[in-house]
Amino acid sequence: MAISPAVDIHDLHKTFVVPEREGGMRAALASLVRRRKQEVKAVDGISFVLSPGEIVGFLGPNGAGKTTTLKMLSGLLHPTAGTVTVLGYVPWERDRGFLRRITLVMGQRNQLVWDIPPIDSFELNRAVYRVPAAEYRRTLDELTELLELGPLLKKPVRNLSLGERMKCEVAAALLHRPQVVFLDEPTIGLDVTMQRRIRGFISEHNRRHGATVLLTSHYMADVEALCRRVIVIHHGRLLFDGDLAKLVERFTSHKTIVVSLGDCGADLSPYGEVVSCTDGDVTLRVPKSETARVTGRLLADLPVMDLTVEDPPIEEVIDRVFREELS
Amino acid sequence: MRGLAGIYAQQFKVTMASFIQYRAALVIWLIGHVLEPLIYLVVWSTVSRSAGGSVGGFTAADFAAYFIVLMIVNHMTYTWIMYEYEYRVRQGTLSPDLLRPVHPIHSDIADNLTSKLITLPGMLVIAVSLGFIFRPALHTVLWAIAAFIPVVLLAFAVRFVIEWTLALAAFWTIRTSALNQMYFMAMLFFSGQIAPLELLPHPLRVIAFVLPFRWTIGFPTELLLGRLTPTQTLTGMGMQAAWLAAGLVLMRVVWRAGLKVYSAVGA
Repeated sequence: MAISPAVDIHDLHKTFVVPEREGGMRAALASLVRRRKQEVKAVDGISFVLSPGEIVGFLGPNGAGKTTTLKMLSGLLHPTAGTVTVLGYVPWERDRGFLRRITLVMGQRNQLVWDIPPIDSFELNRAVYRVPAAEYRRTLDELTELLELGPLLKKPVRNLSLGERMKCEVAAALLHRPQVVFLDEPTIGLDVTMQRRIRGFISEHNRRHGATVLLTSHYMADVEALCRRVIVIHHGRLLFDGDLAKLVERFTSHKTIVVSLGDCGADLSPYGEVVSCTDGDVTLRVPKSETARVTGRLLADLPVMDLTVEDPPIEEVIDRVFREELS
Repeated sequence: MRGLAGIYAQQFKVTMASFIQYRAALVIWLIGHVLEPLIYLVVWSTVSRSAGGSVGGFTAADFAAYFIVLMIVNHMTYTWIMYEYEYRVRQGTLSPDLLRPVHPIHSDIADNLTSKLITLPGMLVIAVSLGFIFRPALHTVLWAIAAFIPVVLLAFAVRFVIEWTLALAAFWTIRTSALNQMYFMAMLFFSGQIAPLELLPHPLRVIAFVLPFRWTIGFPTELLLGRLTPTQTLTGMGMQAAWLAAGLVLMRVVWRAGLKVYSAVGA
């Protein structure tokens, strides 16, 4: 018998109707009488299936429709058309059984009570999700260990740093051991150490409990560390669904080299495509296969103070996917 | 049911802990709740004295008793939910609540009851102190005191359900303050907050009888003061039950419709 999918989306659409008007007094007065409205297709016919236990990266530039999709998957938004099932439930019917088995972590929204220590909010979640006492203790110990929450649990939330708060948010969202986890930018605004810790934790949670994870992030490192498979959307349409390795290999054919020389006098065009030069830092774009050779030559030929090699930012990769119109 | 009791117990602890963080705010809130009836008390006592001892059968001591009891009843049935919903919808803080496997109204009820429990002792001390200053005339009877308990609970339930339902207007318009203002003006006038309803002209008294406001504040106050007969009390409780039933039906309908709007335009 085939395993039923954890998430199954078919031809999903979401159209928002938003008021619009020109700037200025005249347009403002006119809008009192007659409001002009515009339809915005946030999600425009996407389909995909997630198997139980998969961690999938959900990528796209700002406004691509990622959050809208996550909201439809978690039952906060009603789609305009299409079908969605998550663990066999229709999300927007908001069945309690469904809500007990999922979680949605959004960077900006919090479920921790601001004025009291996180441990009190955790206790409230234990009651709300009806987690048996023994299981709650086990999970809490596990979360405390993995996320190093010990010293944070008894401080009021408002006294925690952004990173500390995010760790507690993630812990609060996972106390009931949801089978499906939707993460919307879980590492936004965090420093590298904290990002790595959250990342490690998500992967550990997936391994221990077999949870299905759908994750959006603007940090390529998150996606590379966690997801074998990625789904890329843009303008609400699905552009790529497959192995991350293939996506990166195919669409990051170039690397970016930043060379600090102290001034912008030297002509570096023989080494690669000069993208910019600011304050003596020259940014070069070179083919991936040439990176090692060009780096060696730069170090040998020029008085280099510093040099870094980077993958192009995720937006650029996605942009490339979009431009090449792969579907 | 046991699950819900557990949630209430935890919510109680959370609210208690949050409120204790803001002791100064609690005191200011309490002062606000005392000042308004105190102003009416002083105004009406002065009017009755200058009118030769009484207005419509109310002496200065009667007014003192009326407004002190009214202050306690108002405190016990008060909600602040109408101010909150606009923020919740506009800022999207309702969304995390909707992701929980429990109706969001439960945390509001628990929140409200907890804050009442915390502030009620302070309120009673203030009421007793005001009693020493204004010498109220209390003619209460034992059965009225016994009946007051279910009556004030029903009053709280009616007010809570109605205000929670009205608060949901935030789903349709994010500028709810105009509606709130209208509601509070009607409440002030028809609940007996500004003056005992017995002093109103007959047609207005009829309107007050039909509307829900009196049953949430004026009625429990009149009962505790011993101004009602057993028949009037039972009639009042019937009106409370009717408004509670109507409110619950309306709340269910509005909540469902509101959620549809919320989930259509962007949660």
